[in-house]
Amino acid sequence: METAIAFWNILKKDIKNYYLKPPNISWGIIFPLSWTLMQLIRSPNMEIIELLPGLMAMSVLFGTTSMLAVTITFEKRSHSFDRLLLAPISLGILVFAKLSGAVIFGLVNAFVPVVFAAFFTDLSGINWPIVIIAVILIAITSALIGLLIAVSVKEVFEAQTLSNFFRFPMLFLCGLFMPIEHLPAILKPITFCLPLTYGTDALNRAIRCSSIFYPTFNIFITLVFSVLLFCLCQRSIKKNWIL
Amino acid sequence: MEVVSVTNLKKKYGEFLAVDHISFSIKQGEVFGFLGPNGAGKTSTINMMIGLSRPTGGHIEIFGIDAVKDVKKVQRIIGVVPDENNLYDEMNGFDNLCFCASLYGISKAKREKRAVELLEQFNLTDAGKRPFKTYSKGMKRKLTIAAAIIHDPKILFLDEPTTGIDVESARQIRELILHLKNQGKTIFITTHYIEEAQRVCDRIAFIVKGRIVKIGSVRELLENTEQEHKLKLKVAGSLNELSGELKNHFQNFKLEILDENSLLITSEERVTLSPIIRWLDSKGILVYEAREIKPSLEDVFVKITGSKAAQISGKEKVEM
Repeated sequence: METAIAFWNILKKDIKNYYLKPPNISWGIIFPLSWTLMQLIRSPNMEIIELLPGLMAMSVLFGTTSMLAVTITFEKRSHSFDRLLLAPISLGILVFAKLSGAVIFGLVNAFVPVVFAAFFTDLSGINWPIVIIAVILIAITSALIGLLIAVSVKEVFEAQTLSNFFRFPMLFLCGLFMPIEHLPAILKPITFCLPLTYGTDALNRAIRCSSIFYPTFNIFITLVFSVLLFCLCQRSIKKNWIL
Repeated sequence: MEVVSVTNLKKKYGEFLAVDHISFSIKQGEVFGFLGPNGAGKTSTINMMIGLSRPTGGHIEIFGIDAVKDVKKVQRIIGVVPDENNLYDEMNGFDNLCFCASLYGISKAKREKRAVELLEQFNLTDAGKRPFKTYSKGMKRKLTIAAAIIHDPKILFLDEPTTGIDVESARQIRELILHLKNQGKTIFITTHYIEEAQRVCDRIAFIVKGRIVKIGSVRELLENTEQEHKLKLKVAGSLNELSGELKNHFQNFKLEILDENSLLITSEERVTLSPIIRWLDSKGILVYEAREIKPSLEDVFVKITGSKAAQISGKEKVEM
């Protein structure tokens, strides 16, 4: 019960202090909306439903990696993160609480293009449970990558720069812009090492009924990535911040 | 009863030895001061005790719990005021206190009640609804202390609690520390203000370059230095012209004319005043004040370490 109180209050504090701030609300809405409009203008003959998996994946990836990396770097700089490290809660619960805020933010981000698409096309054929699971898992892995970045840097701007170093290659290699089978052979092994590849593939199956792998396989692999990244984050925090 | 026991504690950052095999213990209800110049190893020691840093070697036990292996158990019974305020700028005072209480699993009703009580106790009730970032340095420090005791810890760790704040706030914080001591709390305080340590601590350890060079109660530390007797006389009339004559007449004493009207007498034995007063009277100079000068903790520190006092206090004086 005591752990639940601490967990809930860290999550509530993050949502209130960071995610519900006007600049972040606008970032969370305007950014996915811009991606959607940009893609529609660029490919006017394409069905919006064809673009939806990519748009959702991009929105989650950009939203979650930035937010967690920036908020944690900010808290570390202002020493308020030390207060959390001094609390009698395990590091796992602390990371999970910080992660949950970013995942919720990612979910909201992901559904902006969906709401937009709902005005133009019929979305009744979409497998929503798979969509929700895939979005949550993309959000978790992206946020954990953001957390790993936050542990490695000292300044907020460094977190942003380093995030881009990971985000853009992931975006181009996960099969969103170019089908994986068309990628050069040398890049394909990298593609299959990226959690976003499997999350996007699961979204493709749920929305467009087309994918490389079965959804259960995609979900399993993304879950494995989530657990590995979670453990890696805890280890990095212990190593870098509890000197 | 000993509640903190530190044995052979060591901390290395690369090749730099920040804390060099220190050992000490703290009794229940005691205010224990860690006194040393900047960079002496005070914060490194406190960080290892509270679980924000891992010792390179040695052992820490707090209330019988191994503070290195069972960090989270220890963190439940300690309160920490770090050298930098670590509350949330955007949140108001009341919300900051409630949030800190929630980290210890305290229920909503209890934490709100406790937050109101603490804001009142720390004279921050009016500021309770204002964002933390609008507080003065002294108010921020007070709220940080309130946040550290919101879960009623058994031991309070204070790292440089009055550094960089105004005289009145520093005085209020020292009063709060003494108030907490009277409530039976055990307090570990690091400071580089000698007079502050002398004022609030029961026992003090001097730390220099990562090593404890002296440890004891304020009285014990002072007694060891009381080998010289010092007396300051204030007179009506000028002493300047009598300087040579005075020194010739009282060769058993070391005499120093501080200014035209004050004389400092130093002796290894107790000073008998009447011959001096009589002699000065015969020269037409009236003694109207004689005061024994007790050694200060600063004298003790200088004697032990050979350091200039200014190096430890940063030339800052603490107004009491």
